[in-house]
Amino acid sequence: MSKKTYATAIRDVIAEEMRRDENVFVMGEDIELLGGIFGCTRDLYKEFGTDRIRNTPISEAAMIGAGVGAACAGMRPIVELMYMDFTLVAADQIINQAAKTRYIFGGKAKIPLVIRGQQGIGRGNAATHSQSLETIFMHFPGIKVACPSNAADAAGLLRTAIRDDNPVMFFEHKALYASKFEVPDDPDFCIPFGQAEIKRTGKDVTIVGSLLYVSRALEAAAELEKMGIDAEVIDPRTMVPFDMDTIIESVKKTGKLVVVHEAHKVAGWGAEVASQVVDGAFKYLDAAPIHLGAKACPLPFNIELENAVVPSVQQIVEAAKKVCYR
Amino acid sequence: MISKEQKLWIYEIMNKIRYFELKALRLFEENKLRGSVHLYAGEEAVAAAVCAQLTDDDYITSTHRGHGHCIAKGAQLDKAMAELMGKETGYCKGRSGSMHIADFTKGNLGANAIVGGGIPIATGAALAAKLQKNDKVAVSFFGDGASNEGTFHESLNLAAVWKLPIIFICENNGFGISVPVAQSTSVENISDRAVGYGIPGVTVDGNDVFAVYEAFETAVKRAKAGDGPTLIECKTYRTLGHWTGDPQTYRDKKDVEMWRDTKDPIQLFKKVLVDAGDFTAAELDAIEEAAKVEADAAAEFAINSPNPDPADVMDDVFYDA
Ligand SMILES: Cc1ncc(C[n+]2csc(CCOP(=O)(O)OP(=O)(O)O)c2C)c(N)n1
Repeated sequence: MSKKTYATAIRDVIAEEMRRDENVFVMGEDIELLGGIFGCTRDLYKEFGTDRIRNTPISEAAMIGAGVGAACAGMRPIVELMYMDFTLVAADQIINQAAKTRYIFGGKAKIPLVIRGQQGIGRGNAATHSQSLETIFMHFPGIKVACPSNAADAAGLLRTAIRDDNPVMFFEHKALYASKFEVPDDPDFCIPFGQAEIKRTGKDVTIVGSLLYVSRALEAAAELEKMGIDAEVIDPRTMVPFDMDTIIESVKKTGKLVVVHEAHKVAGWGAEVASQVVDGAFKYLDAAPIHLGAKACPLPFNIELENAVVPSVQQIVEAAKKVCYR
Repeated sequence: MISKEQKLWIYEIMNKIRYFELKALRLFEENKLRGSVHLYAGEEAVAAAVCAQLTDDDYITSTHRGHGHCIAKGAQLDKAMAELMGKETGYCKGRSGSMHIADFTKGNLGANAIVGGGIPIATGAALAAKLQKNDKVAVSFFGDGASNEGTFHESLNLAAVWKLPIIFICENNGFGISVPVAQSTSVENISDRAVGYGIPGVTVDGNDVFAVYEAFETAVKRAKAGDGPTLIECKTYRTLGHWTGDPQTYRDKKDVEMWRDTKDPIQLFKKVLVDAGDFTAAELDAIEEAAKVEADAAAEFAINSPNPDPADVMDDVFYDA
């Protein structure tokens, strides 16, 4: 094990996978000399050269489309987006092309493509640079979606993503890059997609959160403990495929569910989780599940406003109390 | 020909922009201001020489590096600085921060944090002007890097086939963040791209107020005559980092010093004005001093302004009649 930041864990996995497989390469804006604005490719051009650590023009649709094409032609591209918000500039290439190519060609194509970058609140980047977009990419069949909440998950999930023969959207969180975590040294350390992690076991209420909301759910659980409520906290880790079984098993035990995410609440993935829990564990539920997410409002610049838009630890605590009738 | 009155206005605007930017940098370094702040110092001639020829009825769209365009299009320094600090008194009530300042009353359709995001919007404003036959023009400011986005190419073609009254102003400052233009861009001059759309493309020295002014004057005439768009590339240089806090390891300090010390657009313009006998150095120094005072006052205003009330956060998502 080595203690590493989330950013270093990502960088190390990219380097190891590039050593292991010469078809792996990275393209993105400012990833050579600058090493990406969060340092996820820092100095890698020195080892791999600028053919494989490749600066692109500011042309997201072409970058991602070229990733799809290169993947069809036998490469394993990783496309770095400086902000995942820019997926929207290239939405056609992701949603109409990458996600559908294999299916519409009758299973003939293989698209081993990773699109990775960061999203979320925390740096005062305002409406077009602070969104949480994992939900919208879950909606379209054909793309896998990963959301690592710590450095070890980032390493294990990214390695799985790079070795996967499907397009994977890899959502990092800007507020997590400096956070440190023990990461296994094994160069084959992979976390399979579709395996949620129980971050804290508890018997009274199940709280599901991802990315930044894993630590916020754990903070809420610590508060709840003081009130005698024993919360179980679950991080799905990948959104496609989604490990519903672990959540349903947990709800069968606790009888209560709170789902929380930074993405907008309306049509957010928390609603899907609540719906499936109602389907799969209806008779175990002691209370209607509560789903928390950002208000139906763009992310404002001012920090107090930004905090007012996304769910707070206190709101998670209140929701858990409510489903526990406390 | 630039009138004496316009020369004075341009000189004043350039100084306002410069001192606003230096003040914003200071506030950022003192942790009084956060977020992504992209400063325009060194590029002031472009915004000033272009906006000197626009009225409040004409439109502009701007970029992430937008303070200069906003100020030249009539923004008050105090309300702009308050926006940078996220205050209720700011242009966008603290919702926007540095990257999305807009003032529709002055025809400023907004800075835009999405590279290339403003180019089609200015094109649409030009379409409205054409449909309304009101003689207005639209200007889209954008960087060299933005000329590699699809929006740039699609907008030039659209504006050309529809002969829209728009002027595309590319501020080529040599870099897109850390990437030099030659590494990301297929042509030597961004203006070469105009050929592909059948419109005039010109390259001018973007640090020379007179060169920018004249190229823009010709382009506005063409736009107003119904002959369609022009692409003007202004070659310039940003003398500060890409953002506040940029270590700038991707460029040679000597280049920065050379541009800052020998090609500063404000100093170059000042010299011409004084040499031509238009104004005395003392007159111009007084304008500079006033800009400095105004920027300081803007910072004071912003610091002393209230934060927006989180209870109002849902206001303005939709228009409510
Ligand atoms: C669609 C999109 N892609 C990438 C970015 C990140 N980004 C912000 S500024 C910038 C460089 C822009 O370069 P240029 O257009 O030349 O303008 P300059 O910053 O040099 O003024 C980049 C890549 C963005 N904001 N939007």
